[in-house]
Amino acid sequence: MKIAKMKMVSVLPLVAVSMALAGCGEEKAAQTGISPQVMADSLFAVMEADRTVYTRLIINRLQNDEKLIKASEHWQDDKALVLPAQMFRYGAERVAEKGAIFSYSLLSLWPVNKQNNPKTETEKAGLQFIADNPGKNYYGEEQLGGTRYFTAVYPDVAVAPACVKCHNDHPDTPRSDFKIGDVMGGVVVRIPLT
Amino acid sequence: MAIKTGQRWMLWGLLSTALALYCAEGLLGSDKTLYLPGETSHGHYQIEMACPACHGETGFGGDAVLQDSCVKCHGAELKRADDAHPKSKFTDPRNATRLAVLDARLCITCHAEHVPRRAGVMGVTLAADFCVYCHQDIAKDRKSHQGMKFDGCAAAGCHNYHDNRGLYEDFLTKHAGEPEIVASAWLPARNAVSLLRAGGTYPQTPLGAAAADAPRVQRGDALNSHQWAASGHAAAGVNCSACHQEKQAAGEKIWRERPAYQVCANCHAPEMTGFGAGRHGMRLALNLPAMRPAVARQPMKPLAHDKELNCGSCHRPHEADTRRAAVESCLGCHDDEHSRAYRQSAHFHLWENEINGAAPADSGVSCATCHLPRETRREEGRTRVRVQHNQNDNLRPNEKMLRSVCMHCHGLGYALDALADADLVRANFSGRPARHVESIEMAQRRALEKGKRGGDGPPS
Repeated sequence: MKIAKMKMVSVLPLVAVSMALAGCGEEKAAQTGISPQVMADSLFAVMEADRTVYTRLIINRLQNDEKLIKASEHWQDDKALVLPAQMFRYGAERVAEKGAIFSYSLLSLWPVNKQNNPKTETEKAGLQFIADNPGKNYYGEEQLGGTRYFTAVYPDVAVAPACVKCHNDHPDTPRSDFKIGDVMGGVVVRIPLT
Repeated sequence: MAIKTGQRWMLWGLLSTALALYCAEGLLGSDKTLYLPGETSHGHYQIEMACPACHGETGFGGDAVLQDSCVKCHGAELKRADDAHPKSKFTDPRNATRLAVLDARLCITCHAEHVPRRAGVMGVTLAADFCVYCHQDIAKDRKSHQGMKFDGCAAAGCHNYHDNRGLYEDFLTKHAGEPEIVASAWLPARNAVSLLRAGGTYPQTPLGAAAADAPRVQRGDALNSHQWAASGHAAAGVNCSACHQEKQAAGEKIWRERPAYQVCANCHAPEMTGFGAGRHGMRLALNLPAMRPAVARQPMKPLAHDKELNCGSCHRPHEADTRRAAVESCLGCHDDEHSRAYRQSAHFHLWENEINGAAPADSGVSCATCHLPRETRREEGRTRVRVQHNQNDNLRPNEKMLRSVCMHCHGLGYALDALADADLVRANFSGRPARHVESIEMAQRRALEKGKRGGDGPPS
């Protein structure tokens, strides 16, 4: 597993985010800073928790178990629930709109939407790594648009029947043999280093 | 005779002062033509003298200020349109290589201003094949797109860069096979009055001519009172003073014989917002003198040239007939081929039948039916039908009319074909479409290939 250099950064926004995530204002954090990896891991912990809760308690419960309401890509027209992948993307877009220094996206080697194929070399390597090494994360650095980034790739796992059924049956899916617990894609978190 | 050095300096000083005064007048006065770097596009020429509207108060804010200005006027519309290419799609660093080719985060990348020779319809200043920058591999994913040219993506009735609400695949398959004219071909009925009555907030008691509360000296002839008494305003309990009486800061009340148009917004705020966003009201919205047909770039009737556009240009607040604003007001000014052809169209005959009582309410098709469409929205748990007063809201690309207008009466396929036929549009839809847009068939074939039944949404 490739481990990125643990650059110690003391950029105030990073500290601020970490403090907010930790729910406290510890002097220690302000003095020493946190590593990009700790920050990325913390961000992913929140993302993964919210994503799992939405998928299990909203989508899987209401659509698959109780069959009360469908989830649809065209949720406005269909008066339906927002798909988990859309929920994740809308969140990422809102974070970007608010001017956060970090960014994140949901990508896959087998995306329903082809725009979510890996594009950068780090994305390609990271998605392949987490697919080949279940349970492990990938950390790297890359240069994009003149800025150097710490890039972390985390496995996005099928946590409910709704995940595998929708992706296996979707007309645009390039793969239809997903099972519960499989890595279906990856969450890519980027933090600028300069 | 040789000019002495002192005289030269004096001449230089005088000329410099004159030039400075000339430039200052251009900068500080209302006519800023001197500072226009080039002819303004059809979307913005009306407000080209309000430089700060786009460039900020300092005039040198750069891209960020320009972008904010674009969003300030167009952002809400794009959100409603479920914009297919919002800025947020491009801010992720993984798009850096794309942005180096085409910075899709900025509106001005595609809609440059003051470059009229490059600006096409909708003010797009890129070559028509701009989709190729990001979608060059589309034929690999969609075999049906092999051999298609990229300058046809947005020109053939198939895709729009921003608004694809009537063009996405599942929508196409869901509405495949619809008849040219649907069984229930009428507009959603306006429901403001019934909603207000149901909510118990409507004022109520209709007023008669005797109840008019204008001071006797201001009331004018009896005709005004009787016209008003037959109007929707009187029926809604809106007395003369509601519009004509103005309260001053000191508490004093004065009577305005001709109330300012802003008075209408006291009760019709959403309509005023729409009016100010379109070409009829955009100048007033920026505190510029009202638009006059004389300065329009579209053909206008000479007799209408000196009219000033505000609410009262189309509506007569003292009259019962609110339908004047649906046809007569429009054709009083507009003199283009499409407008002139309206009275010979099938749409007009439907309108005639409705106003003559020969056809049900809301079955006619007026100018306003298409250009000031009735929008159905959910507001606070209720379905509200409002008239969109921005007549440019659904105008271009004209596929924006599919859902807001055409599909009230026509099947999707027929509507797509009709909107794609420019000659038919000019003839105000007298005739049949000579073009056929294959989007629905393509979407159906793809759904079939994938074993998908159109319109069912994802499997449950």
